[in-house]
Amino acid sequence: MSTIVSLPDQATATLPKQSYLNDGYGLKSWLLTGDHKRIAILYLISITIFFFIGGFFAGMIRLELLTPPSDLMAADTYNKMFTMHGIIMVFLFLVPSVPATIGNFLIPIMVGAKDLAFPKINLLSWYLYVVGGVLVLSALVLGGVDTGWTFTTPLSTHYLNTHVITAGLAVFVAGFSSIFTGLNFIVTIHRMRAPGMTWFRLPLFVWSHYAASILMVLGTPVLAITLVLVILERTIGIGVFDPTKGGDPLLFQHLFWFYSHPAVYIMILPGMGVISEVISTFSRKRVFGYTAVAFSSVAIAVFGFFVWAHHMFIMGVSNYSALVFSLLTMLVAVPSAIKIFNWAATLYKGSITFETPMLYAFGFMGLFTIGGLTGVFLGSMGMDIHLTETYFIVAHFHFVMVGGMLMAFLSGVHFWWPKMTGRMYPEGLSKLAAVTTFIGFNLTFFPQFILGYLGMPRRYAAYPPEFQVLNVLSTAGATVLGVGYVLPLLYLAWSLKYGKIAGSNPWQATGLEWQIQSPPLTTNFVETPVVNYEAYDYEWLANKTKHEVQTVG
Amino acid sequence: MDSQAIATQPETHAEHEHSPYLRHHFANLEQQKETSTFGMWLFLLTEIMFFGGLFTAYLIYRNWYYPAFVAGSHQLRIWAGTMNTAVLICSSFTMAMGVHAAETRKRKELITYLLLTITLGVAFLGIKAYEWHDEWEHHHVPGLNFSPATFLHVDPKYPEDKPLPLDMAEKTQVYFSLYFAMTGMHALHMVVGVSLLLILLARAWAGAYTQGHMTTIENFGLYWHFVDIVWIFLFPLLYLISRHQ
Repeated sequence: MSTIVSLPDQATATLPKQSYLNDGYGLKSWLLTGDHKRIAILYLISITIFFFIGGFFAGMIRLELLTPPSDLMAADTYNKMFTMHGIIMVFLFLVPSVPATIGNFLIPIMVGAKDLAFPKINLLSWYLYVVGGVLVLSALVLGGVDTGWTFTTPLSTHYLNTHVITAGLAVFVAGFSSIFTGLNFIVTIHRMRAPGMTWFRLPLFVWSHYAASILMVLGTPVLAITLVLVILERTIGIGVFDPTKGGDPLLFQHLFWFYSHPAVYIMILPGMGVISEVISTFSRKRVFGYTAVAFSSVAIAVFGFFVWAHHMFIMGVSNYSALVFSLLTMLVAVPSAIKIFNWAATLYKGSITFETPMLYAFGFMGLFTIGGLTGVFLGSMGMDIHLTETYFIVAHFHFVMVGGMLMAFLSGVHFWWPKMTGRMYPEGLSKLAAVTTFIGFNLTFFPQFILGYLGMPRRYAAYPPEFQVLNVLSTAGATVLGVGYVLPLLYLAWSLKYGKIAGSNPWQATGLEWQIQSPPLTTNFVETPVVNYEAYDYEWLANKTKHEVQTVG
Repeated sequence: MDSQAIATQPETHAEHEHSPYLRHHFANLEQQKETSTFGMWLFLLTEIMFFGGLFTAYLIYRNWYYPAFVAGSHQLRIWAGTMNTAVLICSSFTMAMGVHAAETRKRKELITYLLLTITLGVAFLGIKAYEWHDEWEHHHVPGLNFSPATFLHVDPKYPEDKPLPLDMAEKTQVYFSLYFAMTGMHALHMVVGVSLLLILLARAWAGAYTQGHMTTIENFGLYWHFVDIVWIFLFPLLYLISRHQ
């Protein structure tokens, strides 16, 4: 199979003598760093830890659901399991996954800057993330929470004796980490671009992060105040959501979903940015309809703020508002479809090669399309009333979040691994992992669509025996999926020492980040770059390379 | 507009190149200043969204339970609220004068104005604490010690008010919940502001901000004015409901 990978001669190649990795040693040089690349690595390590903790809970859930009765654990233990799975995966993995790691590492480089606008605030947001994470873990150690990740009132404020306050505080603190990351990105993209780097020369990765940052900055504070009110209601008993005092639990739902629906776009948009870069690089073409893809990110961010009540169709909102929200929900499908179609058009007549990041990107395109289209089912009210609170919902958002976002995250990690570490991952093993993940994912979550359609409700430890076959399939798939996630952890760690030396541009990609050494210098660029070419201009790259060869020869 | 500004970024001015205030990742002081000011405005936007959640709740419940909101509002000390409004407006003035003093590089003036701002900020918090204590005494704190008794008979100060039926009197809890949440969040922002002012004062004492680099003072000024403006909205919404009756 053809490949575009071009590595330097391994016999003579060495890693650069100076890079951000050896600019200072010891724990302190990492924990007090202002360098966006080091902070990205700190994030990468911490979100990986939380991903596997959250994954452990997913494993326990699937294990319990292997048999119809609630036999492995008591029902309330099961409730705590899925709550912890949700809180950890949503707030400590998916929201920061691509932006805080890959985005943090690359956005300054992609716009041609030496660092993010506010390096100290960047470090602060990592510390806030860690504090949030420690609070979640302490809620877990103290005995767990069982509200579900949605903190639904009055359940969370009045009827549970678990550690709601600790978990609420955790999400509050982690939320500020996300706000500061978004703020840093927006300011950096506006004010730190290199000479010649106009808005329409920015890689689409930057555009999608810009859109996601808008959502982070405008949405997360609303979640923060909502959680403050829940905590105040639980501790001193104020009455904003409490019906016995005149409050309305539905208001909690409005405020919570005003953040938590846009939050799914916070999660998916950065992933879409990764896919744009990967698809372009491995089909050797400029992304088809660059402007449309760029603006579709912004459109998703804008529409994303006006669809939240589709989570509340069965909660007693007025029929008229449900109708409007249903319509707006369908509208979000338009910019998402623009992206999928444009990526497909980019592939058309491209010189496609099938390196690991590309395999993950294909996985993303297929699974995200299924996840997105089932979202349209759920956006139409009649279907929603039948399917909501069933496993159909679970399958839908796992197709978008795991099949979409996690695939994009892994695609991005593999794609930029040589840039971050200077070394290649093993190609054969990583392809195996990508295929395993895809198979395991489909086996886990496709049966859940059927289960949900047949009426199996979510969030119960027990189910009627006729659902067992599909549940066993799903649990078997989860095992395969688990293998697919452990593999990259092992071989990426292995590659840190034994991977082939990658050189500065193993993929022959056009982005600014590929024109500097791998791993980069602490200041990224030796001198401020002047950008005089469009994004994804492979002819420019070919000319540049030709020119270099001539000078050397 | 700004894409042009960056695209045609001027060469670094020689005089700025070695400015001790220039952080390493900025091209020049102008870019550095624009960046931090933009960051501050964006942060204030997140603050608007934060308070926005509370204002939304207020809007809905005020429409639902208007009589309870009127009755609750009439129980607040209007003189205290008015005084606090005046105190905060004055503190915004002293803060603005402080920024001006930094611009004109007058260290003593800057210190004086920062001290004045701190004093006014603390005075605001003191008056607020007095009010909260007063409401505690009158059993108006929902959850901790609340009794609807006040609202079941006519307050002699407002003889035209009608006594509320029991179910509406219970709804004054929503008014007071929002009152405490909103003034509480605002007071928290004041406490943060005063703490930051103390740090700024210590650094101004040591001679900072009056040598041509006062972005920090300017940005803090923005924050202080923002907290002031939040109060300008809170005052009529909480204290002045139907005062003409």
